[in-house]
Parts: sequence; structure tokens; C-alpha cells
Amino acid sequence: MDAFIVITLIKALVVFAVLMTTLAYLQWVERKVIAHIQVRPGPYRVGPHGLLQPLADVIKLITKEDLIPPYVNKPLYLVAPFLAITMALLSISVIPFGPVIEVFGYKTAMQLTDLNIGVLFILAASSMGVYGIALAGWSSNNKYALLGGLRSSAQMISYELPMSLAIAAPLLISNTLSLRELVQRQDGSMLNWNLVHGGQIVSFLVFIVAAFAETNRVPFDLPEAENELVAGFHTEYSSMKFASFFMAEYANMITVSCMAVLLFLGGWVAPWPAKYGSSLAPSLIFGSAGLVALYHGANAARKRDKYTFPVFGVVFLGIAGIFLLPMVQSWLLPLFWFCAKTGLILFAFMWVRGTLPRFRYDQLMAFTWKFLFPVAMLNLLVTGLVVAWVS
Amino acid sequence: MPIAPDVILFVVFALIAVVSAINVVVQSHPISSALSLVGVMGSLAVLYLLLGAEFIAAAQVIVYAGAVMVLFVFVIMLLNAGAEVKKGRSFMVQLLGVPLLVALLGLVTYFVQRIYSPRESVHFGGFTGGSAQDIGHALFTAYLLPFEVTSVLILIAIVGAVVLARKEMD
Repeated sequence: MDAFIVITLIKALVVFAVLMTTLAYLQWVERKVIAHIQVRPGPYRVGPHGLLQPLADVIKLITKEDLIPPYVNKPLYLVAPFLAITMALLSISVIPFGPVIEVFGYKTAMQLTDLNIGVLFILAASSMGVYGIALAGWSSNNKYALLGGLRSSAQMISYELPMSLAIAAPLLISNTLSLRELVQRQDGSMLNWNLVHGGQIVSFLVFIVAAFAETNRVPFDLPEAENELVAGFHTEYSSMKFASFFMAEYANMITVSCMAVLLFLGGWVAPWPAKYGSSLAPSLIFGSAGLVALYHGANAARKRDKYTFPVFGVVFLGIAGIFLLPMVQSWLLPLFWFCAKTGLILFAFMWVRGTLPRFRYDQLMAFTWKFLFPVAMLNLLVTGLVVAWVS
Repeated sequence: MPIAPDVILFVVFALIAVVSAINVVVQSHPISSALSLVGVMGSLAVLYLLLGAEFIAAAQVIVYAGAVMVLFVFVIMLLNAGAEVKKGRSFMVQLLGVPLLVALLGLVTYFVQRIYSPRESVHFGGFTGGSAQDIGHALFTAYLLPFEVTSVLILIAIVGAVVLARKEMD
């Protein structure tokens, strides 16, 4: 019992620390990706290739003046960012990152807690997150903030329907609500993933589109459309309160990406079995990245690259070496595949942001009610019929 | 005798539920009332969870706290409803309000005691039939007719809403 509490505390600390670092660096990655899509270097001044930019941002946000306008509804104004960030961080507690592993003779799952209603828990947490945004908009007592809050609550209620229906289809196939069992049913290889085995391509696409809307991302970022609403629901927020909304948005992005991976892409399961060499893939990827970095360090295009690229090259080669060690492979490989798949979907989020323009508001509503919802419904119906026919 | 943790949790969340329920009526601003109602829903979900009905608890949060109440808050925000002005109470209300309330509560307590006489106390982990599988099975076997009737009722409500909205537009 005591060991359980200690292990759970350690796991919670590790997950929290990693999540917070990821939140900070995800923003750096996003700025870099968007910058390269738009053919510019992006953050470059703070640290090598702007790598210390997130740290500078955090210091800036903490030390900024925390302004509370006199005309706001104070209790709700203060509760709203807290609510948004709490509900966003809550979901990560049920997400499984890997299989059950053994640490110093103690067996534990790479997950904070395995609820048998894990999927519903995430849905509940995300539906409560709407309050943060809606209340922020309303309590600010500002017409732009109110419009942003209204838009976002209408949008999130509407897109929750196709999202839930899209989630229900793979659940029908896997016949469980526990996220850990969901992955275990997709074990083996790519062919057993719900996306391939269950033919859930339609519900995967519906889920991803709804996820973009649920997280208020481009092309569905109407709640914070800067050219019509200043900054939308967080217009009146400054300092850490503004940062909370920002962190909540990125945490939600991570959660929905994890959900997509768990529901459709087999979680931590490697795309092909280890006997065909899937355990060598991470070393190969990191090794070649290291070699490329070393090559560019030797033929430096800019003066500073002569020092930075070799360092990155050696680091990447080191990581490639770690992946070859047999004692860490049992937990590092599943973690790698989980992070790789989640990262791929997160990259898609940034890619779309750099590519697509924003929807008009009536288009946004018509799209979900007249197209996405019927499609998700039809997909659920067909999946249900097929599952009933097969079993 | 040490108090069991589930009793402590029950008392805490039952208190939160009752206080929030009273707050719904006492608050003068619609938004505050609606948020108090969210508090009631949330603590009810915790009580369900304490009883071992995890699926009902999750459904309670998703449907009531997450969807219905968001819609309430949305409509209040959209109509931009202001704080209500308290009017003076009439003579009859002042005279009969409290006695009638006490009488009603007494009647409810009496009948609950009569009908559900105390058999054995509910305790943590005493009930395990609350999983999604059990609920689904019960819905589609024992309670199939009420389930289908409810769905038809909801359909009628949706059609009614569409008809009413259309009349408004013409």
C-alpha cells in the first residue's frame, strides 16, 4: 500500500514535469514550424536556434503586471482561467503512455490511473472546460470578450456531438471504455489498429476535424479571431491568467492528440512487429538525424552552426545508442512510438495552422450540423451493423 | 469508532449539493444561479461515484454539467440577462411560507421512511453493478420499453422545437 502511494506520487510528479516542459516547448516547435512554412527562421535570438525562448517567455509572463480591470465580475473573472487549466490538465491522468513495466521489482503501469470509464472521464473533463472560456468571456464585461465566449461555447457544444459519435465507433469495435484495454485490443501490428482493422478512416477524420474545433485551433479559431474580436475571450486577461488560457489550449491539443492515437492508431504499439525490426527504427531515425547534423556541422553554412550542429549530432547519436540498450528497451520503445504518433498529430495541428484560412461563422456551424454530424452518425450506424453481423 | 472515509466524503459532497441547491434560489444573478446548479450536478456525480455507479456519474457530468448547463449559461449570456430585483414579499408568503415548507419536508421525510424502511446501510464498494456493460444490458433487456419511449419523447421535443422556431422566422 505504501509502495503504491510512493510510486503514484513519483509518477504524478514525472508526468506533471514532462507535461509542463512539453507545453512550453510545444509553443517553440509551433513557432518554428509555422516560421519554416512561411519561409522565415522563427525564434532565433534566445539560445541556440531560440531553444531558450520558452524559458524567456515563462519569465516574462510571470513577471508581467497582473492587471484586473475595475469593471469585471471579480470572482468569476478569477475562477475562469483556473477552471480552464484544471480541466485541461485533468485529462492527462487517465492517458496510458505505455504497457505495464517493472521498476526495481515493482510492477506498475505507465499511466497515472486506469479508470474503466477512461474515455468518458476525458469527455467529461473536456466538456467542463467550456465553462472556463465561457465565463472568461462573460465576466470580462467587454463586448469582444463576450462575443468570443459565446462563439466558443456554441462551437464546442456543436462539435462535441460529432466528436462523441466518432469516438463511439472504435469503442464499438474494441468493446471497452478503458483506455489501457483499448490499446491492448489493438496489439500486434498496424493491421490490428482500429484505423486499419476496423476500417475507421471516416471516424478518424471526423474526430480530427472535431478536435481542431474543440481546441479552438485554426481553421476553427473563431473565438479568438483577432481581426474582428481583438483577442476574443481572453482580451482582458494579462500575465499568468493569460498564460493559463494559453497552457490550457496546448494541454487540450496534447490530450486530443493522445486520444486520437489511443483510439485509432494503437497507442504505444509499434507499426510492425519487433521480429521485422521495429525495435531498430528509433535508433535508425535518431542515428541518421545525428549524422545529418554532423555533416552540416562540418560544412557549416553560418559561423555559429560550426559549434551548434556537432553538439546536436552527438546528442542524437547518444539517444540512438540508448535505444539499443536491452534493459531500457522494454519501456523506452513503447514510449517512443506513443510520442512519435502523438507528435505526428500535433505536427498536423501546426501544419493546418500554417496552411488554412479561417472559416466564416455560419460556415462553421453549417459544416458541423449539416455535414460532420450526419457523416459521423452514418459511420456509427454502419460500424454497429458490421460489428453485430460479425459477432 | 473511526469514521469511514466514504461517510466523510458523502457528508462533504451532500453538504455541497444542498448548499449549492439553496444558492440557486438565493442568488439574484441568473449566471450565479446556473453555476450553483452546476455545483449541484457535480456533487451529485460524486455521490453516484461513491455508490459505485461510475457510468451514471460520468454521464451525469457529461450530460447535465457539461451539455445542459453549458446551454443554460450560453442562453443567459446571449440574452444578456441582468441581476433580478428583489421585490417585497406578500403578506400570505410571509405568514405561511416557512410553516408550509416545514410541513412539506416533514411529509417527504415521513413517506421516505415509510416506503424505504432502513434495511442495511450502504457502504463503499457494496454495489458493483454500475459499470457501462451492466447499465447497457439493463437498458436493452429489462428497461427496453421505457428506453424506447423516452427516445420517442425526445424526438417529439426536437420536432416541436423546430416547428416553434420556424413559426418565429415567418
